[in-house]
Amino acid sequence: MKAENLRIVFRSTVYENRPRRSEEFAEIAREIRRDIIKMLVLAGSGHSGGPLGTADIHAVLFFGGYMRYRPKDPWWPGRDRYVLSAGHLCPVLYATLARAGFFPVEELRTLRKYGSRLQGHPGRDMGLPGLETSTASLGQGISIAVGMALSDKWLDKSDRRVFALTGDGELQEGSVWEAAMAAAHYKLDNLCWIVDNNDCQIDGRVPNVMSIYPIDKKFEAFGFAVMQCDGHDYEELSTCLEQFLENHRRAIGKPTVIIARTKMGRGVSFMEDDYRWHGKPPTPEQALKALQELEDPYITVVEPAEV
Amino acid sequence: MPEFQLLGQKPTRQGFGEGLVVLGERYDNVVVLGGDITESVMTSFFRDRFPDRFFSIGVAEQNATTIAVGLALSGKIPFFASYGAFCAFRNADQLRISVCYNNVNVKIGGGHAGVSVGPDGATHQALEEIAVIRTLPNMTLVVPCDYMETKKATIAIGEIWGPSYIRFGRANVPWFTTEDTPFRLGRAEIFRDGSDVALIACGAMVWQALLAADMLAKRGISACVINNHTIKPMDVETIITAACRCGAVVTAEEHQIYAGMGSAVAEVLAKNYPVPIEFVGVRDTFGGSGDPDELMEKFGLTWKSIYAAALVAIERRDKGSTGVRRPTEVPRFTPADGYAA
Ligand SMILES: [Mg+2]
Repeated sequence: MKAENLRIVFRSTVYENRPRRSEEFAEIAREIRRDIIKMLVLAGSGHSGGPLGTADIHAVLFFGGYMRYRPKDPWWPGRDRYVLSAGHLCPVLYATLARAGFFPVEELRTLRKYGSRLQGHPGRDMGLPGLETSTASLGQGISIAVGMALSDKWLDKSDRRVFALTGDGELQEGSVWEAAMAAAHYKLDNLCWIVDNNDCQIDGRVPNVMSIYPIDKKFEAFGFAVMQCDGHDYEELSTCLEQFLENHRRAIGKPTVIIARTKMGRGVSFMEDDYRWHGKPPTPEQALKALQELEDPYITVVEPAEV
Repeated sequence: MPEFQLLGQKPTRQGFGEGLVVLGERYDNVVVLGGDITESVMTSFFRDRFPDRFFSIGVAEQNATTIAVGLALSGKIPFFASYGAFCAFRNADQLRISVCYNNVNVKIGGGHAGVSVGPDGATHQALEEIAVIRTLPNMTLVVPCDYMETKKATIAIGEIWGPSYIRFGRANVPWFTTEDTPFRLGRAEIFRDGSDVALIACGAMVWQALLAADMLAKRGISACVINNHTIKPMDVETIITAACRCGAVVTAEEHQIYAGMGSAVAEVLAKNYPVPIEFVGVRDTFGGSGDPDELMEKFGLTWKSIYAAALVAIERRDKGSTGVRRPTEVPRFTPADGYAA
C-alpha cells in the first residue's frame, strides 16, 4: 500500500486558547495526534515518537489559556514566546500552530516537501507564522529562550513570558547546562522550561546511552523552581503551568522547570514507549491502524482506480 | 588616492572597544555580552559606560552566541566578543544554525587574531576563522587594517542588518588611516595605485603591503595596494579590475593561506580573470610563543614576503599569459618557510 491509497482528510477545526476541562484537552490532543500521523505518512519520513509523546503538553500549553498569543497577529509584540528546542519534534508544533489558527490546516500536507514552510526541522527562513526561531541542533534552542527571557525581563522590563521544551536526551548537550546556569544567574522567573522526559533517545533508553539522572536534583542545584508531573495528565500539566504563572507574578527570582514524564509514541498502541519510533514515520498500513486507534472519522483505504 | 603616514602604534581591539561605545550612544538597543575577557577585548569600555546593557555570560561561548540570538529575536543588536580562537570555533554550530540559518542580527567580535597575539602561543592565535566564517551563508565578514578602520568597521556592522563578524588583534600595530580615509563595508579601497602587480591585503598586512609597494617602486615596479577589508561579501569588481590591469596578484593576510582571504580572491579570479597569484600568509602550521614582531617575521608576515612574492608573480605573468607552472616548478610548502628575504 502507498500513502496515496489512504483517504487522508484534515478537519478544519481550529481551537480557542481558554481554560478547559480535561475531556476537551483530550479531544484536542487526539486531533493533534491524528495530524501528526497524517503529516508523517504523507511525508514518508520524519519523527513519530516525540511528537506523539508531547501532544498533550502542547494541547494544554497552547489551548488552556496559559500562553498569550494572537494567531491573526502572529508577531504581536505583547505575545509570550515558545521555543521548541527539540526541533525534531516539529510535526507536533506545526499541528498545534495550525490548530490554533496561525496558518491553514491544509498546509500540514506539505511537511518536508520542497519549498514548504513546514521544513523537516524548523527553519525561520520560510516565514511560518508563529515559528519564533529555527532549532534542531540540540541544546541551542534553550539558550535562545534564555536570551529572549533576558531581553524581556531586564531590557524591555515587560511581563512577557518564554516557554521552551527540550528533550531528555538533549540534556546530554553541555551547553544546555550553560543555559541553565545563565537562566538562574539572571533570575529569569519569566522562563518556563519543560523537559520531555520520555526516557528514550535514538540509541535506546536514556540511562543506557548516557544517564542524565537525577534531573530534578540537577535543576535544583542550578537554582530552579522544579516541578514534576505526568506529561499525559491534563490536570497535572495545568497545575504546573498555573504554578509557573504564579511564580512569574510573584517574581520569585528563579526560572521554572517542569519535568514532564511522558511516553514516546503515546496514543498509538504499537509505538508507545518504544525508542525505535524516535526517528521514523509510519508505513501506510501502520498509519491506517494508528488513525483507526485515534478514531479518525475519515480514514479509509481507497482503491487504486480511485486514486 | 589616499596618502598614508604612520600616525602611531595602536591595537585594533581598541578601535573595536571605542566603536561599541559610539554605537551604544547612537542606539539604545545595542547590547554587549561578555565572555570573561572583557578587558582584553575592550568591551569593558561599553560595560563601564552602559552597565545596564552589558551582560556577563562567563566562559561559555556557545551559550553567549545563542543568548545573543534570543536578544536579536527580541529586537536588540547584540555583540558578543571573545578571542577568535573561541568565538569562531567553540560556537561554530551555534553560528551556523542559530545565527546564520536563522538569519538574525547577531554581531561577533573575534579578537586576538593572528600570530601577533604573541607570547600566549598557538592555542590563542586564531589563524583559521576567516575560513570558517566566510563559508557561512548570510554572514558579513570584515577584517579592518588598523585601529581607526576597526572603529569605523565596528560601527558599520552595527548599522547594517544581519549576522556579522569582525576580526581584530591584540598587539600594537601601525595606525595610519584617519577619520577622512574612505571606508565603506563591502568596498575594497585602493590605497595606492599601480599597474605592474596588485597587492591585495587585509588586516595588519595592509600596512606591510604599502611598505612593500614603496620598496618595489625603488626597483621601478609599480604596485597597486588594495585594502580588501570586507571578505564577505567581497568587492569582486575592484579585485577583477586590478587583476586585469596588473596581470599579477599577491594576497597577504595574517591567517592560514588555505581558505582565507587569498583563497577567496583566487576563487573570484579563477572564474573571471585568471592571473598568477602568490599567497602570503601562514603556511599550514600553528603559531607559537614569541614576541609579536618576531613572530610576524618568523611566519613570513612582513613586507619582505610580499615583496618577494610580487617578484614571483610578475615573473610568472611574464612567462606566459596565465603564468601556469608545471607541477615540477611548484615549490613545496614547509612549515613557516615564508618568503623571507
Ligand atoms: Mg527523549
